[in-house]
Amino acid sequence: MVTNSGLVYLIALPLFGALSLLLLGRRADKWGHLLATALSAGSFAVGLFQLSEMLGRATESRPVTQKLFTWISVGSFNVDASLLLDQLSICFVLLITGVGTLIHIYSISYMSDDPDRRRFFAFLNLFIAAMLLLVLGDSYLNLYVGWEGVGLASYLLIGFWNQKAAYATASKKAFIMNRIGDMGLSFAIMIAFASLGTVSFSGVKENAHSASEATMTAIGIMLLVAAVGKSAQFPLQAWLGDAMAGPTPVSALIHAATMVTAGVYLIVRSNFVFDAAPTAQLLVAIIGAITLMFGALVGTAKDDIKKALAASTMSQIGYMILGAGLGPAGYAFAIMHLLTHGFFKAGMFLGAGSVMHGMNDEVNMRKYGALRKFMPITFITFGLGYLAIIGVPPFAGFYSKDMLIETALNAGGVKGILLGGTALLGAGITAFYMTRVMILTFTSPKRWDDNQHPHESPILMWAPMAILAIGSVSSGFLLSRGDALKHWLEPLFEEHGEHTELLPPIVVSGLALTMVAIGVALAVVKYQLSEVEAVAPENVTEFTQIARRDLLQDEINEALFMRPGQVLTSVLVKFDESVIDGAVRGIGQIAMGSGSSLRRTQTGFVRSYAMLILIGAAALIAAIWVVTL
Amino acid sequence: MNLANMNLLTLSMLLPLLGTVALAFTPKTSVLLTKQIALATTVLVAVVGILMAINFDFKSPGFQFVESRPWVPAFGINYALGIDGIALVLILMSVLLTPIVVIAGWNESEGGRWSAKTFYSLILVLETMMIGVFASTDVFLFYVFFEAMLVPVYFLIGGFGSGERAAAAVKFLLYSLFGGLLMLASIIGIFVMSTRYGNRTFDITTLAGLHTVLTPMMENFLFLGFFIAFAIKAPLWPMHTWLPDAAKSATPGTSVLLLGVLDKVGTFGMIRYCLTLFPEASKTFTPLIITLAVISILYGAFLAIGAKDIKRLIAYTSISHFGFITMGIFAMTTQGLSGATLYMFNHGFSTAALFLVAGFMISRRNSSTIADFGGLQRVTPIMAWSFFIAGMSSLALPGLSSFVSEFLVLVGTFTRYPVAAVIATFGIVLAALYILIPVQRALHGPTTPGNENLTDLNLREKVAIAPVIAIIVVLGFYPSPILNIINPAATTVISQQGFTDPAPTISEGK
Amino acid sequence: MNIDNYLYLSALLFTIGAVGVVVRRNAIVVFMCVELMLNAANLTLVTFSRINGTLDGQVVAFFTMVVAACEVVVGLAIIVTIYRSRRSASIDDASLLKR
Repeated sequence: MVTNSGLVYLIALPLFGALSLLLLGRRADKWGHLLATALSAGSFAVGLFQLSEMLGRATESRPVTQKLFTWISVGSFNVDASLLLDQLSICFVLLITGVGTLIHIYSISYMSDDPDRRRFFAFLNLFIAAMLLLVLGDSYLNLYVGWEGVGLASYLLIGFWNQKAAYATASKKAFIMNRIGDMGLSFAIMIAFASLGTVSFSGVKENAHSASEATMTAIGIMLLVAAVGKSAQFPLQAWLGDAMAGPTPVSALIHAATMVTAGVYLIVRSNFVFDAAPTAQLLVAIIGAITLMFGALVGTAKDDIKKALAASTMSQIGYMILGAGLGPAGYAFAIMHLLTHGFFKAGMFLGAGSVMHGMNDEVNMRKYGALRKFMPITFITFGLGYLAIIGVPPFAGFYSKDMLIETALNAGGVKGILLGGTALLGAGITAFYMTRVMILTFTSPKRWDDNQHPHESPILMWAPMAILAIGSVSSGFLLSRGDALKHWLEPLFEEHGEHTELLPPIVVSGLALTMVAIGVALAVVKYQLSEVEAVAPENVTEFTQIARRDLLQDEINEALFMRPGQVLTSVLVKFDESVIDGAVRGIGQIAMGSGSSLRRTQTGFVRSYAMLILIGAAALIAAIWVVTL
Repeated sequence: MNLANMNLLTLSMLLPLLGTVALAFTPKTSVLLTKQIALATTVLVAVVGILMAINFDFKSPGFQFVESRPWVPAFGINYALGIDGIALVLILMSVLLTPIVVIAGWNESEGGRWSAKTFYSLILVLETMMIGVFASTDVFLFYVFFEAMLVPVYFLIGGFGSGERAAAAVKFLLYSLFGGLLMLASIIGIFVMSTRYGNRTFDITTLAGLHTVLTPMMENFLFLGFFIAFAIKAPLWPMHTWLPDAAKSATPGTSVLLLGVLDKVGTFGMIRYCLTLFPEASKTFTPLIITLAVISILYGAFLAIGAKDIKRLIAYTSISHFGFITMGIFAMTTQGLSGATLYMFNHGFSTAALFLVAGFMISRRNSSTIADFGGLQRVTPIMAWSFFIAGMSSLALPGLSSFVSEFLVLVGTFTRYPVAAVIATFGIVLAALYILIPVQRALHGPTTPGNENLTDLNLREKVAIAPVIAIIVVLGFYPSPILNIINPAATTVISQQGFTDPAPTISEGK
Repeated sequence: MNIDNYLYLSALLFTIGAVGVVVRRNAIVVFMCVELMLNAANLTLVTFSRINGTLDGQVVAFFTMVVAACEVVVGLAIIVTIYRSRRSASIDDASLLKR
């Protein structure tokens, strides 16, 4: 494989930014944000350069590696700190640094009033570095470092305003649920080492076919657990909604465009594992399908604009995971949806931030309305993102989502019909809840009071939104023209046989568009044509109530894990106190007790001691006499 | 100049004693001079330690810097010193931590029962013992250091601690003496057996062959005498209850030495004495020990989650960590053993960081109850971030040193005892809880009353904590320097046991 | 004369001394009784020396005498000191050690 000594700069630039901003402290307050943005942009430039280099090489020699140093070497366990840039990781590198740089620019203005802006940018740079390490690591263990690194950055950024107790709790919740997923990744690495003797991607790939299917299934399921935690998939989805406590640019970058899609990356990167483990692969698809419905249903009931978008993110990642679970047929489309989603969802989150910026940080959509007139640029950019996500041709989401639905339907048999049907239904619900967001925010009558003075955001904020909107419009077309992305990624995946076509593509598109039209129409009838109350109505259906509470995810987690855990903890504390330490203290008390009872024999009268001595001596003599007799 | 011939080990043990002599001639009133002498001595010892590491030939697996003089020839007892890679890293850790403890605990001697002179003399004597206990290659000499170490620590806790310091010191002493007594019985047993079967000696290299003539029953009893002593020291569940009390009552600096160095004697002893002298018995008891280790991991973590006092919390996290170390040792794989040794080294620094920052916090607030703190991140950012990084190291975040060791232990255990490794891995989720809960309560949230006017770390405190954090971060990304020292020694120990690492299952089918 | 009679005498003296130590309260008397026991032992030693025809017993008897002399010095001093401080020579009064 070709080596390239330039890869390290991708990570080194933002890492340098993070460290210098953190270590210099207040001294860097004046220019810290500029340095961070420049370094992020520099990383993007390195990425572009690497892409151009890669395009110049023949297909088989496109992947490049760089070994930095020997990281861990004990016995047969050898892991180098080395980087791998191939067709898959370059997509992520450009997405991370590109969208990342835009969000840096946006944040300069968005965070300008925050006294801790420098720290915010340091964390953003830290995130970029960790995320790049995640996608560039050439082994599961290197990936693990990035994997937890982004978790840390996410924790720090969700809790950026942790002086609010609820925000601090939200960040802790995210970290802990992520750790459960990380445990899965640990297991996967341990199984891989114990059974295959290697933890590098290439090593596992080589051995994937000679290992037993049970082994590969175990690895696959554990990787899925990891992906589920990081990508907020069912059943570890509960942290994503709360993660919206972070500043909005963070939600856009980490909890929409990049970090939460790491699970998709992991599964697609491990395609050789899942191709050798059909059960695990099916499980991936099922988890994706469940989550896409889950997120979509929650999205219909949320009044908080960021939480509605978070639910939508969860649902869209469900699509990607579903695609990744469809095997070689779906990998490329999962990645394509990931890229297009990166554009339109980041754009919409920035739009939401722009709305909040103009509305004194109000997040309740029921207090919005008619903002189209006050924020025309936000309206247009958000609207383009909206058209992309619901899948209206020729916007980006149409291409990627349509392909996913089609691939799901063509997966064959009952499986194909169920998965494809779920994806189709999900498209309809997506259209409904996104239309609801659009209407409530921009086009319905105004519901805010006169203290609010909505205004358009400054150029530093709307320019990134505009660029992302361009991406939302064009990226789908560009990536799917002549199956560009599919052919680009193809060398990484195994060949897959011709699949059966359940329905011709044009019919699938027609069906999908019909679902979208129904969803849009329902939303228009319910919110545009009838009056929206500024306070969420209480007399709603049972389903709405449950959906508002995220389908009871927190209640279930609390009942199943948190409370029993708390009980177990307090029981163990008491057990330690009374039983174990009690036994120790008991031994001490026995010693002291027997001492004090024996003390009574010591009367203090010399004569009684003398008597005892005498009796003792007599007894001794008697004993000797008896024995010798 | 050939440093290998210079008796560096004896030198490093003599220096602190010379320091105490100097302290003896210091007037009681000049506290500052006392502290300066103590600091200078510990720094000098650290330099000697580093010299030792530089001159250590880490390709050869045997003992180096060997010294031997007859001590009690009648019983075959020698003053015999020598270090392999495992001992070297532990000595290195000890001599690096001691000056840091002196700097960080600059004012710890105040409020004690005796003068600063006594405090620093005790610390220096303890340092000599710490080096001696890791460097002994004579079982009897080891025993002497092992027991003698209790004395300075007893007085450090009982004389300079806080709260119920006397009770905690007695508890610590009695627990340790009980273990030491069992070990003494075993040592006498070894002496009797070695006399009966050949030459009377306490030299561990010679004794390594003793097990071939022992009956299994005899070997098991001798093993248990050592193991129980080490399990109390380490401490392993259910012999752990002295640790939280001692750690809570001791000064933060003493706690660092107690948890960071003294407890390592237990796990070090398991490798050096239990595994080497009694390989068959080690195998017999491995299932039991691994079970106890896994219980320690989870039990310590749950109690840490439930702890209300920050020092007790750190003590419980250490019980969990010692569970990992013990599990790695008895997994009998090179990854497990190297990982466990690296874990000992890393745990020393990450616990030091936690305890020192906790000490800074406690000294400012005059309370060690977590609930008394709140919102420190906005008031004292540097202190808060130091605590956070130390906490991240404790929960083994990748990129920090403890991750490498924890993962090696898990991987090494998984190849031989997958079930134990899987259960132990749940500890990493609990670790996130026991670190993030105090972080949230003490550092995040609104600043609570009583904390508004706390001052941030001063220069001395920054100087103390900075090298610890630097080591944690650097070794996280580049652990090779330490791993290279450990690996040959670990490989030797494993091969002496007659073990080879399990081959990947895939190659068995071929 | 039968040499055994010496042994009977010494046993008698020893018993008188021992009973005296146990039943009397006056420290001086107790002390004298202890001396009586010592001398009874001395008598036994000398007798055996005579029976066996060796000097060992006599040598030990001298040791005993020296010890007894030392004991008198120390013991009387203690008794006198106790009497001075407590105005009593009763050994039952000096039972402070039980606490």
